[in-house]
Amino acid sequence: MRFWSAMWAIFWKDVRAEFRTKDIFTGMLIFALLAVLIFNFAFDLRVERAKEVLPGVMWVSIVFAGMLGLNRSFILEYDRGSLSGILLAPVDRSALYLGKMLGNLVFMVAVEVVLLPIMMVLFNVNVLQPSILIFVFLGTIGFAIVGTSFAAIAVNTRAREVMLPVLLLPVLVPVLIAAVKGTANVLDGGTLGEQMSWLRILGAFDIIFLGIAFMTFDYIVEE
Amino acid sequence: MIHVRGLVKRFGYTIVLRGISIDIQAGETVVLLGPNGAGKTTFLRILATLLKPNAGRVTVAGKDIVREPHKVRHLLGYVSHQTLLYPDLSARENLRFYARLYGLPHADERIQEMLALVGLGKRADDLVRTFSRGMLQRLTIARALLHNPPILLLDEPDTGLDPQAAAMLARLLRDVAGEGRTILLTTHNISRGIDFADRVIVLSRGRIVADRPSSDLTPHDLSEFYLNAVTQEAA
Repeated sequence: MRFWSAMWAIFWKDVRAEFRTKDIFTGMLIFALLAVLIFNFAFDLRVERAKEVLPGVMWVSIVFAGMLGLNRSFILEYDRGSLSGILLAPVDRSALYLGKMLGNLVFMVAVEVVLLPIMMVLFNVNVLQPSILIFVFLGTIGFAIVGTSFAAIAVNTRAREVMLPVLLLPVLVPVLIAAVKGTANVLDGGTLGEQMSWLRILGAFDIIFLGIAFMTFDYIVEE
Repeated sequence: MIHVRGLVKRFGYTIVLRGISIDIQAGETVVLLGPNGAGKTTFLRILATLLKPNAGRVTVAGKDIVREPHKVRHLLGYVSHQTLLYPDLSARENLRFYARLYGLPHADERIQEMLALVGLGKRADDLVRTFSRGMLQRLTIARALLHNPPILLLDEPDTGLDPQAAAMLARLLRDVAGEGRTILLTTHNISRGIDFADRVIVLSRGRIVADRPSSDLTPHDLSEFYLNAVTQEAA
């Protein structure tokens, strides 16, 4: 019971502080919108070509905007020393992980809620189809699961803002391939069977890495 | 209450604590003095279960800090020179957050009581980022005492405070010490240390070089005693 209460407290604290400052959300959203706008002008897309490049544009924008949010979420805790305050509490440290991961997930979903309709207008492609939204959701969960662990590792390093993408992106390759290929398959009018194979990869990745993060987070935050 | 035997802590090739052994009884107030880099903060962070020792054994109320860290954390309140507070939450929200982490029943009453104790009752709903350094440090004490721990670890709590705020903090700590808690305090302020403590321990280069009851010492004696102890160790 204490575990879930602590997890909820950490999540709620992050959301409440972010609601007041909008530090993380604003940075992520501006970055994502700029990336989409630049791609839009750079490719000068017609409808057929838009479908080919849109999955890549979408996931590049989501992943790099998400990276900004991940960096900020642990750097703020670390620099103020407030991470020690949480670590002093008699609760399992995986509650800290889960609370932070949920916070990161909510911030990313909030950015996607604004980003996807704008992409739909700019590229004139319906990206709000249920199948695409499932890929976006599972991919975002995978990103938040792995990203939260790696953000906690990177925050202890000297070049932490550079270190996070260097550590995280190679591990994220299966998620990115599955999410981009799956999204492309939906836009190409592929079959449910073809999409299911990519969804299975995303689901398996999410479950496996959630388990690994739970087991290792205690060691990650140890000084 | 706190038993430390042969405590060693290394960071890479640097040995910060070199076999410290010490016993602190329940209700005792101990001041830990030492120059910068002596290992005071590391020692307190190990007691607080934030760091693991490389060798030696530390027990708090009979509980091993490495094997039973959760039980030890219930017994400790920790104040460092960083406030461990969230500037974008109000004083009450900060305390409510920590109350949830500690699973406190009747948290709202306890929070109100703590805010009154540290004289911040009227600022309870103001954002912490609007507080002065002195107010922040008082709220930090409230945070550390929220779960009513029998042991309080204070790592240079008066750092960065003006004399008025430091005096107010000292009064608050004296009240807290009067409640029968075991207190271990590090400070650079020798006169405040001797005024406050039952016992003075001097740490230098990771070793205890002196351990005396404070009743044996005047502030002047303590300054000389401290300088001698540290200089001899350095030589």
